[in-house]
Amino acid sequence: MKRLFPILAVLTALMLGYAVYQALVVAPTERTMGDVQRIFYYHVPSAWTAFLLFFVNLVASVAYLVKRNPKVDALAMVSAEVGVVFCTVVLVTGPIWARPVWGIWWTWDVRLTSTLVLWLIYVSYLLLRRFSDSAQAPALAAALAIFGALDIPLVYFSIWFFRTQHPQPVIGGGGSIDPRMWRVLLINWMAFLCFALLMCWSRYRLETMRREVEEAQALESLLGDDRGPSAEIRNPKVALNRSGQ
Amino acid sequence: MHKQSFGGGDAMSLLSSTTRGTITRATLTKDIRLEWRSKDALNSMLFFSLLVVVIFSLSFDPLAEESRRIAGGLVWVAFLFAAVVALNQTWARELRNQVLDAYRVSPAPPNALFMAKALGNFFIVSLLEALMTPLFIIFYNLRALGPAWQLIPIGLLGTWALVVNGTFFAAISLRTRSRELMLPLLLFPISIPAVLGMVAGTTAILTGENSAHFWIVLLLTYDVVFTTACLALFEKVLEAE
Repeated sequence: MKRLFPILAVLTALMLGYAVYQALVVAPTERTMGDVQRIFYYHVPSAWTAFLLFFVNLVASVAYLVKRNPKVDALAMVSAEVGVVFCTVVLVTGPIWARPVWGIWWTWDVRLTSTLVLWLIYVSYLLLRRFSDSAQAPALAAALAIFGALDIPLVYFSIWFFRTQHPQPVIGGGGSIDPRMWRVLLINWMAFLCFALLMCWSRYRLETMRREVEEAQALESLLGDDRGPSAEIRNPKVALNRSGQ
Repeated sequence: MHKQSFGGGDAMSLLSSTTRGTITRATLTKDIRLEWRSKDALNSMLFFSLLVVVIFSLSFDPLAEESRRIAGGLVWVAFLFAAVVALNQTWARELRNQVLDAYRVSPAPPNALFMAKALGNFFIVSLLEALMTPLFIIFYNLRALGPAWQLIPIGLLGTWALVVNGTFFAAISLRTRSRELMLPLLLFPISIPAVLGMVAGTTAILTGENSAHFWIVLLLTYDVVFTTACLALFEKVLEAE
């Protein structure tokens, strides 16, 4: 497994490079929007990746509440973290494209608003994980993830109704897309997925290692009470790390 | 102990259905009596929303037509922030003398406790709204152009939407560091569709331009979905260790 990681890393780097070439050089220029449309090859794959990761987070959260497996919880945490990163990319690239094309940075359109609310919910999820003790965080965070998943359809419908009452700038719905653009889009998505997988994997390894170290330290300080100074006194760095968590 | 000697699922459910109502009622009465004696939450909430009314009315100084457009948003934002005061102290009271731990090890059903807390908060926040609404009407010269009676279902459903999730997230934030800060951070993102429903519904009634039916249905759906979710997941939160 450890040897597979660098191989996958090199492969992903190559794929990302190829995808950039495809998106910037090979893909045809869009007729009305021009070159700014190329941001589409980053915006859409990031969105798909983020939604996929949030879905993984939901499944892992439900599975954790049922099975109480700490590894599933680590997966939930990691997918939420990487998902927030990709969702941020979506929310940043969107306005950059919208400004020249729609003439505005932002509008309270149904898709934009739902994505923003999804991002807000998952940021609060990460905050909750950060602010709660490691023993309680998994169950609390899993409950929040389920609440978030229930919330999103309601957000979608409410905004959809709210906005159909007020006319908005027309979004390029419908219309057909050049097959070459499709190909580039899918190549980019594959590259992004590999990249996301790689990030999740390394983050997952880091997280499981951190938990093992934490357990070992807890055990050590429990046993060390009778026999001498605890880990914090012998190694001040441990105490610093703990308070900084 | 008796519960185990009964054995079988039927006996368990029989026991819990009779005790559930008693426990809910006892906790609810206790909380309301405590609040009635101290009036801590109610006073600070009332004063807070009064400040919101005064500050916004002063800084916008709206005409009657403008105030119809902005009042829905102002009223609900004021109530939302004020409700956080009551919600934050819901569970904090039970931490003293380890009441919550005692509850956890007792055979009492967790949902009974949750319902009592949610109903108690609903009562207090509704009382706040009943007291503050006349003031809003006076300061903003409000007169609804749509069917005003529809504000009642919007008020009741909207308050329950805030309070049921608020009680749940207060139980979550109780387990975190800096718990007072954590509650709004968790509650507000999830409450966005409910707040939109309350604000848009109220504005629709005040301006009389649109029908508020969709928003009432939305709030009802929100309430049903999240009350079910709270009842299903509260046990997991109470026993998270």
